[in-house]
Amino acid sequence: MSVRRWSVTLLAAFVTLLTVAPLLWMVSVSFMAPGEAAQFPPPLLPETPSLENYRTLFGTFGIGRFLANSLLVSTLATGLALLFTIPAGYAFAKLRFKGRDATFRLLVAALVVPGQIGMLPLFLELKAMGLVNSYAGALIPWLAGIFGIFLVRQYCLSIPDEMLEAARIDGASEGQILRRVVLPILTPIIVTLALFVFLGSWNDFMWPLIVLADQDLYTLPVALAAMSREHVQDNELMMAGAVVTTLPVLILFLALQRFYLSGLLTGSVKG
Amino acid sequence: MSAADHGREARAGWAMSAPALAAIAAFFVVPAIASLFLSFTDFDIYALADAGNLRFVGFRNYERLIENPLFWKAMGNTLWFVVLGVPFIVALSLFAAMLVNSRWLKWRPVWRVALFAPYVTTLVATAVVWRYLLHTRYGLVNYLLSLFGIAPIDWLGSPNASLPAILIFVGWKTFGYNMIIFLAALQTVPRELDEAARIDGAGWFTRLRHVTLPAIAPTVLLVSVLTVAGMFQLFAEPYVMTQGGPAQSTVTILYFMYEEGFKWWNLGSGAAVAFLLFLCILAVTLVQLKLAKRGGAI
Repeated sequence: MSVRRWSVTLLAAFVTLLTVAPLLWMVSVSFMAPGEAAQFPPPLLPETPSLENYRTLFGTFGIGRFLANSLLVSTLATGLALLFTIPAGYAFAKLRFKGRDATFRLLVAALVVPGQIGMLPLFLELKAMGLVNSYAGALIPWLAGIFGIFLVRQYCLSIPDEMLEAARIDGASEGQILRRVVLPILTPIIVTLALFVFLGSWNDFMWPLIVLADQDLYTLPVALAAMSREHVQDNELMMAGAVVTTLPVLILFLALQRFYLSGLLTGSVKG
Repeated sequence: MSAADHGREARAGWAMSAPALAAIAAFFVVPAIASLFLSFTDFDIYALADAGNLRFVGFRNYERLIENPLFWKAMGNTLWFVVLGVPFIVALSLFAAMLVNSRWLKWRPVWRVALFAPYVTTLVATAVVWRYLLHTRYGLVNYLLSLFGIAPIDWLGSPNASLPAILIFVGWKTFGYNMIIFLAALQTVPRELDEAARIDGAGWFTRLRHVTLPAIAPTVLLVSVLTVAGMFQLFAEPYVMTQGGPAQSTVTILYFMYEEGFKWWNLGSGAAVAFLLFLCILAVTLVQLKLAKRGGAI
């Protein structure tokens, strides 16, 4: 049995190495001197690791500005999404009101419609509202998160009704029940949802590309895509740009992966 | 519970769901429906400047699309992405899931997280990385192939290799997500069933075909449909890696829609593309529901 055990584990290690190799190479090349990676065979490690590319990125290209934009947009998107989604998810699970189930069925049906379908009219709508080319324009789609409502609702269904009844008998208002009784129970799913929205808005590309015309407002993916079109040859610089863009979310995921993966399964049950 | 309590509960229910519902209506439902109306107009850069230039043109946008070779090229490319990509990605994900699910595997959580990691990376960043990995002269992929005596492939510069090259990237990026879904399904397959088949002398492939696959058939269907939907939504991959080229071999439906709408500002025509995309996804979803009903999954 132990031969088998080791061969399976070795195979898994090999497949994992192949999978993470692009990310490791990205980090390695980002520390190489300009032009060093343009050799055959490709060098695996930098001869003398240097921060030159990062200095160029933050100095000449002002990537710090885009990093700050991304942080701002993703943080606000996460906060707003939680603010809109959590009360709605709770209401759909636990509060009886007329039209609730029909509305929820419509929402679930709408889950299969990708947001890109309405992108052109949404652009015109935001243009009329004066929100094109602003942070607010980049945030708007994250307010309409049907998936988040679904996620919170599924979690809320497991809260016992007696608990809410007891709070009502004690004279708590519905708002107080949500804040004091329900929110503490929801902590794990709130972390999950926050992680989904933060990573989703950080990684998002098509919508910010459309809605943010002014370079000063670019988020990291939009800025990186624009840079990569102009600097096709500067591999080392581009790898450093990719590291700055993706490392924050990668670390965030690794730190909170338990919440991410459990939420993923709640979500896929819907199919 | 008194009627007053019911009234209070109902009011609270509406109050708590109203902000989210209003946002969904204003920024999701209305734009999606408006897409259909926009597709019957000649909304272009002149209408963008002054709505007075807007005219209703009936089906003319659709007629023009049908006559546009690039539209058919984009449809055809997307079809190729589906035909080649779905079996490739489903097989890759299932292989990874079975490997991680193996009872002989040590340190399972480590492999699971590492294999999932590409899924959470920033698409644009890893597309930039893969464009470099696939570089004809200095890329790691061609170097590895050269160790096996394979001549360098011009991955992103040849119209025949560009689509498979993007698929390899998409497969790498997304298989971890499907793997997690497959893992959950595999854990419901009783070990005893597999064990009994093994004792009866069934080989690995026979057990896969007759024990594992039938048990997780609904999940295979789910993952396939999710992957088809993903293939309809490819945009950043060609945008960053090939800009739709070479020879328009990687122009996807969404890339075409983006160029129609935001490069040429033919918003009416772009909306027609969006609506056709919606019909495609609707068709796939209906087929899935039908198959799932027949398979008894619902």
